[in-house]
Amino acid sequence: MTEKLHLDHAHLRDLLTAMLRIRRFEEKCFELYQSEKIRGYLHLYDGEEAVSVGVIRTLRPDDAIVATYREHGQALARGIGMNVLMAELYGKQEGCCRGRGGSMHIFDRTKRFYGGNAIVGGGLPLAVGVALGDKMQGRTSITACFFGEGAVDEGSFHESMNLASLWRLPVLFVCENNLYSMGMALERAEAEPDITRKAAGYRVTAEAVDGMDVVAVEVAAQRAVSAVRETSRPYLLECRTYRFRAHSMFDAQLYRTKQEIETWRKRDPIDRLRSWLEQSGLMHAEEINKIEAEIAAEIDAAVAFAEAGTWEPVEELERFVTMDRVPQ
Amino acid sequence: MNSAATPPKPQRMTYREACKQAIRAAILADPRVFLMGEDVARYGGSYAVTKGLAEELGEEKIRDTPLSEAAYVGAGIGAAIAGMRPIVEIMTVNFSLLALDQIVNNAATIPHMSGGQLAVPLVIRMATGAGRQLAAQHSHSLEGWYAHIPGLKVLAPATIEDARYMLQPALEDPNPVLIFEHIMLYNREDELDPTITGVDIVSAKIRRPGHDVTLLTYGGMLFKTLDAAEALHQEGIEAEVIDLRVLRPLDMATVLGSVARTRRVVIVDEGWKSGSLSAELTARIVEGAFFELDAPIRRVCSREVPIPYAAHLEQAALPQVPAIVAAARELVKGR
Repeated sequence: MTEKLHLDHAHLRDLLTAMLRIRRFEEKCFELYQSEKIRGYLHLYDGEEAVSVGVIRTLRPDDAIVATYREHGQALARGIGMNVLMAELYGKQEGCCRGRGGSMHIFDRTKRFYGGNAIVGGGLPLAVGVALGDKMQGRTSITACFFGEGAVDEGSFHESMNLASLWRLPVLFVCENNLYSMGMALERAEAEPDITRKAAGYRVTAEAVDGMDVVAVEVAAQRAVSAVRETSRPYLLECRTYRFRAHSMFDAQLYRTKQEIETWRKRDPIDRLRSWLEQSGLMHAEEINKIEAEIAAEIDAAVAFAEAGTWEPVEELERFVTMDRVPQ
Repeated sequence: MNSAATPPKPQRMTYREACKQAIRAAILADPRVFLMGEDVARYGGSYAVTKGLAEELGEEKIRDTPLSEAAYVGAGIGAAIAGMRPIVEIMTVNFSLLALDQIVNNAATIPHMSGGQLAVPLVIRMATGAGRQLAAQHSHSLEGWYAHIPGLKVLAPATIEDARYMLQPALEDPNPVLIFEHIMLYNREDELDPTITGVDIVSAKIRRPGHDVTLLTYGGMLFKTLDAAEALHQEGIEAEVIDLRVLRPLDMATVLGSVARTRRVVIVDEGWKSGSLSAELTARIVEGAFFELDAPIRRVCSREVPIPYAAHLEQAALPQVPAIVAAARELVKGR
């Protein structure tokens, strides 16, 4: 197992670009929510970008991903196109789920991206099953399962960790610990707030990493992914992170102070990487501006794509309630 | 070897044995099929359905799970999405409540929510019903709840033939299919017609033809209803007994066809009346055949109590033959 990353210019550029794409995409989503182009629940990932970017780039295309309702970051990092993602948020039939899923239920079978789950802890058993199915069919792929620290309160976390370990299933459990499950602070919800310590009860290897440092996340994820693939055993990677914005668009944030948010903002994973790149002379402002311009153009194109999208005819409402075949 | 002239003999077996043969045949026929659940392997199944199968087929194919209904039902959904054809056995419908989130929020929604990208070809079997003095928490009949959910298919095999043959089409179906096996049926014996090699999972069946009144039922109540029909016959009333077999989607064509002939309906369901399958059937018959009816619809269902332990109280809570006979007689006597 290598713990070294080749932090060459291209690699660092990729990391920065991937995080910026998510950040800027979601800033646009916020705007579009306020102009009522996007409705329903919208959970933004602002501050947590290093987690999905750092983890997902260590996966292979044949690996599977199960995520949560705060999954725009995972979707973009996995390579789901910005156009179909934005169209999905608009509810258009050109969206990746034809507008049936929306923000919380992004799926892409071709990317093995299995949701987008709005029930806290609901995706963990599913991830265990995908890993089981893959293993029974002799595949060497693994399943990465993202969930928040709130899911650790749920029985499904404990049942899933146990089953994955008992059956030696290749699941990478990625806990995105942003300290609050909606408004409930971790230390007010868990008798043992150190999540990595839960893993011992299931004989699962666990590690915590600074989720505000994309390079640290990638190094840890690479180590974890190699371990899962080589041993066919689960692994718990706790990424300690923070959500800068409200839980959803309906959250007055009464449960935390502005100072706390400001303290965490100083650790912004994007600012940290950018200032390090600039200070070390690896990347100049000019190049970063160019990246920003490319992303802005991509977002404009995605908005145009979504705007030009069409509504699925109401006559098709009941399509896919039951399936007439298993899509291949 | 049989000579060509000798017709194959009907095979006498229990419902339990028919379920077991179905599982065995399915696993042998398709390497993607396996079964998992609590105590299915070394214990042989809480109702002994899988006894001996782990020895024969191996513990990869007959998998004991921990007591983690949410995890192993969810694992069944995930494995189905990954290309397997799992059969998940939940010991009883009572325990399925611990996996309700996975069944209702994942299995039933993912195909539609993903815009048709994913199917969930999963079978979940579970025991249901009362009658063995198992008290309130082990005697539920909640199949009607599951029949409420778009995205699920719900089957209730009552006969040996359905116990033997419904599993295969359920596994071939690209949707999550729930199979409810009534606990009072497992020991029931009957002959399996060797000329029949399969059944459908779309239609209701007329188990006894008649022209005076339709008795509409399924699962564990079928045989009480058939006994009631026989008793009515002794009184000169010819009841038609319909076995719904499929609780979602309902085969209303068969139901309404019968109602058009008999113009009277008694619904017999072990579930409670309030917000139930029997209520749904009543509504659909009224919607579809109001002017065909010569009498109000009657329902014979469980009393609205948690099913008690004491035998006399339990029996008083459940639908019984005299109550079915009385309901049918009351509808017919006014003709």
